[in-house]
Parts: sequence; C-alpha cells; structure tokens
Amino acid sequence: MSEATGVLAVFDNVEDSVTAIERLRAAGIKEITAIAPAPNHELEHALHKKRSPIPIYTLVGGLTGAAAGFALPTWTSLVWPLVTGGKPIISMPAWVIIAFELTILFGALSTVLGLFIHARLPRKPGARLVHDPSFTADRFGLWVDGPRRDEAAGIFRECGAVAVRDRAEEVTVAL
Amino acid sequence: MTRGRGTDMARIIRSETHPDIASYGDVNRDVLKLLARPGRGYFIILGVVLAVLALGAAAWATQVVLGIGMSGLTNPIGWGAYITTFVFWVGIAHSGTLISAVLYLFRARWRQSIYRAAEAMTVFAVLTAGLFPIIHLGRPWIFYYLLPYPNQRLLWPNFRGPLLWDVFAVGTYLTVSATFFLVGMIPDIAAARDATTVPWRKKLYSLMAFGWRGTDTEWRHFTRAYLLLAALATPLVLSVHSVVSWDFAVSIVPGWHTTIFAPYFVAGAIFSGLAMVLTIVIPMRKIFSLEAYFTDRHFDAMAKMVLVTGMVVFYAYMTEFFIAWYSVETPERAAFWNRAFGSYWWATWIMLICNGIIPMLLWWRQIRTSIPALFVITIFINIGMWFERFVIIVTSLAREYEPWQWRTYNPSWVEMAILAGSFAWFFMFFLIFIRVLPAVSVAELKEVLPAPVSGRDRDGGGGRGGAYSHGAITRGPEGSA
Repeated sequence: MSEATGVLAVFDNVEDSVTAIERLRAAGIKEITAIAPAPNHELEHALHKKRSPIPIYTLVGGLTGAAAGFALPTWTSLVWPLVTGGKPIISMPAWVIIAFELTILFGALSTVLGLFIHARLPRKPGARLVHDPSFTADRFGLWVDGPRRDEAAGIFRECGAVAVRDRAEEVTVAL
Repeated sequence: MTRGRGTDMARIIRSETHPDIASYGDVNRDVLKLLARPGRGYFIILGVVLAVLALGAAAWATQVVLGIGMSGLTNPIGWGAYITTFVFWVGIAHSGTLISAVLYLFRARWRQSIYRAAEAMTVFAVLTAGLFPIIHLGRPWIFYYLLPYPNQRLLWPNFRGPLLWDVFAVGTYLTVSATFFLVGMIPDIAAARDATTVPWRKKLYSLMAFGWRGTDTEWRHFTRAYLLLAALATPLVLSVHSVVSWDFAVSIVPGWHTTIFAPYFVAGAIFSGLAMVLTIVIPMRKIFSLEAYFTDRHFDAMAKMVLVTGMVVFYAYMTEFFIAWYSVETPERAAFWNRAFGSYWWATWIMLICNGIIPMLLWWRQIRTSIPALFVITIFINIGMWFERFVIIVTSLAREYEPWQWRTYNPSWVEMAILAGSFAWFFMFFLIFIRVLPAVSVAELKEVLPAPVSGRDRDGGGGRGGAYSHGAITRGPEGSA
C-alpha cells in the first residue's frame, strides 16, 4: 500500500469509521486498512483480523536465551576447569541466574524483532506513505486499495467521512 | 440536530481518572507543547546541572590519575560510597518498571499519564548506576574484564560469582528497559513527528518513529508486543534487585548473610523509586501546568504504594534486628548492636526515621493529596534510602571479622563529588528528555479517554451510531460499571 492507488477517508469519530467498515465488508470489500490515534477495540473487532503471532517470537527467543544461559557458563567452565572447594564445575544453581536473565533479554529483543517484522517497521525515513498528520491526533482513517475504490468512496461519504481523497499526492505524506 | 464534534453528548463523557481532559486533541496539545524551545530558566537549571556534572567528572579524573587512594576506601572497607550509590540508583530504577509494566498488567487506571516519566527515570537511573561499578574499579579502563568475551588466553569470568550475575542482571535490565521505553514511545513520537514544524525535530522524530502511522496492523502487533514486554519486564524487575542483594547475601559477612535480602531489597528499591518519581513529577506538573494529567487520584495512589512498600521495608529492618537477637549468633548480634549504637549510629537512625517513621504520615489522606507534603516526604525517603545502603555496606564491613582489623570509613571529597555528579548526570538526561521526547504518553491516555463520538442524527446510520455512543457512556471510558 505504499503506492497510492486507492481511496482514503478521514473520520472525526470512531463509530462512523466502524459503520463504514461494516458496510464495506457487507459489500464484499475486505481489504481495509484502518488508521487510528490509539488502539481501539471496536475498530479491531469490526476488521476481523487474525491474532498477532508475536508470542511465538517471544517464546522462541526466551527458549533460545535459556539454552544460551546454560550453555555459555557450562562451556566456559569446561574450557578452563577451576575446581574450588571440590564443588562441581558445572554449578547449575548459579547458571539458573544467568539463564533467567538471558531468557528475558532474548525474549524481549525477539519480541521487538517480531513487532518490526509483522508491522513492517522501520520504514525508510522520508518515504511517502498513506497517512494524514491528524491520524496521530484525533482523526480516524480508512484506506481501501484496488479496483472497487469508487464504490468504497461512495460508502465513505454516506457514512459521514469529513474528507474522502483519492489523488496520489493527497493521500500520502512523507514520514 | 447538532453537527460535528463538541456536541453536548461528547462533552459529558469524561475519563474517570482524568476528568479535566476533554478530548484526544487536548492530549496532543498539552503533551506536545512540552516539545518546544525551552525558556531561560531551563537553560539556567541545565547549566547548574552541567557544572555539578563537571565537578563529578573532575573528581573521577583525579581518582583515575592519582589512584583509588583518593577515595576513602581502606581495608577492610573495600566497598563504600560508590557501591552505596550504585545500589541506590539501581533501586531508583525499579519503580519505573513497576509503574510501566506491573501496573500495566494489573490494569491500574491511573498509570497512563505517569508511566512515561517513570520509565525514562528507570533508563536514566540504570545509566547512572552502571557508572559506579566502573568508577569503583581502580583501573576503570579494564572494565571489560567483567564481560564474557572470547579472548586469546581462553580466560572466562567466573559464573559462580554474584558480581558476574550482577553484570548480567543490570546489563539485561538496561537493555530491556531501554527497549521497552523506546518501543513504547513509537506511537507518541509519530504524533510529535506529525505535529512539529521544527526541522531538526522532524528529522529526529521521523527516525525514532520508524515510519509509524497507527494502522490497524501496527496497533495489533504493537499492543501484543507491549503486553509481552510488560510480562517479561515484571519478573526482570524482581530479579535485578534480588541479584544485587546477593552481592551481599552470598558472602558470610555478619549483617549481610541473610535470606531476607532479596525481598527486602526489592521492596526497598520500589519504595525509593516511587519516592523519586514523586520528587520529579511534582515539579514537572507545576512547571508545565499538567494538573489535568497528574490529579489527586494519582498522588493518592502513588502515596499508598509508597506507604505499603515503606512498611515492608520497615518490617524487614525489624526482622533483621529480631533475627539477630533470636538467633543467639554472637557475630550477628554484635553487628546489629553496632548498627544501632556503634560508631555509625547516626546513619542507622537517619535510615530508620526517614524510611520507617516519616512515611507513616501517609496514613492520612490529607497528606497523601497534599503536594508540598508529599514532595518533602519523598525527599526524606530518597535520603533515607541512600543511608540504608550505606548502613548495610559500611557498618558491616567496618566491623567485619577480626577486631584488630576494624576501621572507620569516611567518604572522601572525591566520593562526595562523584555522588553529586551522579545526580547531575541523571537530571541532565531527564531535563533533555522532557524537552525532546513526549514525557506523557499520548496514545495510552487516549486509550483511557472516551473516543470521539458523533452524537449526530444520521439517516440510516443513526441507529448504529447511537448504539455506539450509548455504549461509550454506559460502559465508561475505562470499562467501569
């Protein structure tokens, strides 16, 4: 959706935006992007999108961290065995702390990695994307791409959009 | 037939915790106005802060050139003001994560306006704390010996040592809290990017917002990731000060070798951190007229948490004294007798009064909601918590094992200058932060404010719209009722 070949509607409230989504979906237009200043349950519910797969990244990252946290001290202790007080070289209780910290570290970093991959961030600074500065303030946007955009524009107007734009230079903003 | 925003219906729907914030637009206006060129007063304060920082830097330079003998450290008091200050700052950091992550998981309804400042405080406090183990090294240029890095001699650090656990705990804490801070700020920086007209700000915010627009895909993954980061940060915050406490508890020094240390330190950390959040937020609220964002309710809730954690800390003090007596362990008894009545009695009593007695004033609601009273109390707590660590570290080491090696430790001017410098270092970051990045979360406040509703009579869509605005009123902005 970086090249603008669709129609962008600006709404000044959520429920008009939700109504528009429902009517678009009823008309068979399912590829809708909603832009909002804050996460909104009504919008999310209306869009019927799948759950985010980010937890898988967290789990894999966390398990990798745990494995690394046990492997690193074990390996380094075996490379240069330093026996103190006849205690085991592989001192599991001490390793638990390292493993715990690395679980958190790797889990957190891979969560962010997952976020960046799935939300398609970061974008190139200055790239032109479908947006309007008011969408981070108090306006709600809907963007429909593709051949049925004229139909979508009609629905947007009927639902009370404060602006409906379809010219490429109007719908994108250099971020 | 009314039209557009600002209708009667829109006006009566208000957030329970932030009744004076009318709309989404107000949040953007009030928060983003901080991101402007500051006045003269700001630069004067920043100048003073930088001067104190320069003093601290000069003191450290003196120590690096002339040696660790410039500090007051002697045998057997190998840990003094530096380690005290390290533990102090790590502790300060904790409440930021508590407010941003733990209260997020508990769905506390008042955290939204305060958490960004607390989170920033966390990151800056860890940055400050991280300096101290390095300053404490006589030869700071070989600090990297602490890290497990591949090297020619195949020498690796000792993973059985608590000091190395500390490296991992504090290192992870710095990384994760900075990540949480910067990722959580992306939508707000995007709001700042879309609002600013100043070229350097535009450039900076474009870079830091990563091209965020607020699409449903972005929000869906973002809210999920944020929840998971909060879930990871919560056990982390408990682990960090536990690991710091094991620096002491794993040794056999009388006064340190106790199992109570981990929870005792964690409670103390949160206690001191909450106090520091209040110390910072109170002037910030005043200077930037953010009264609508930090209400009595916020201060009341914060003060209650200070009171609870303060009582846990005081209970831990009493338990330590009680167990020292009850164990009939002579060295332990002597250590605690010495704490209260030995040569450092004054430090112990500062600690007990500031952390145990003064916070009891917070039982009164009038005091909890009185801003000047809270400000004064939190400053006492900050002082008390520094002395707590001083008492733990110095009184135990000064009367360590054999009486013939007992000594008295007094911090030197170098240590005091570096302590002052650490406050300057911390406040320097905070002052810059407040004018460069959104110090109050824009997006999260909007989450708890009622979303804009139309309130207009539409043909066809009217029933639908009516149902939604009705829902927004009865359900309330924060899902109450």
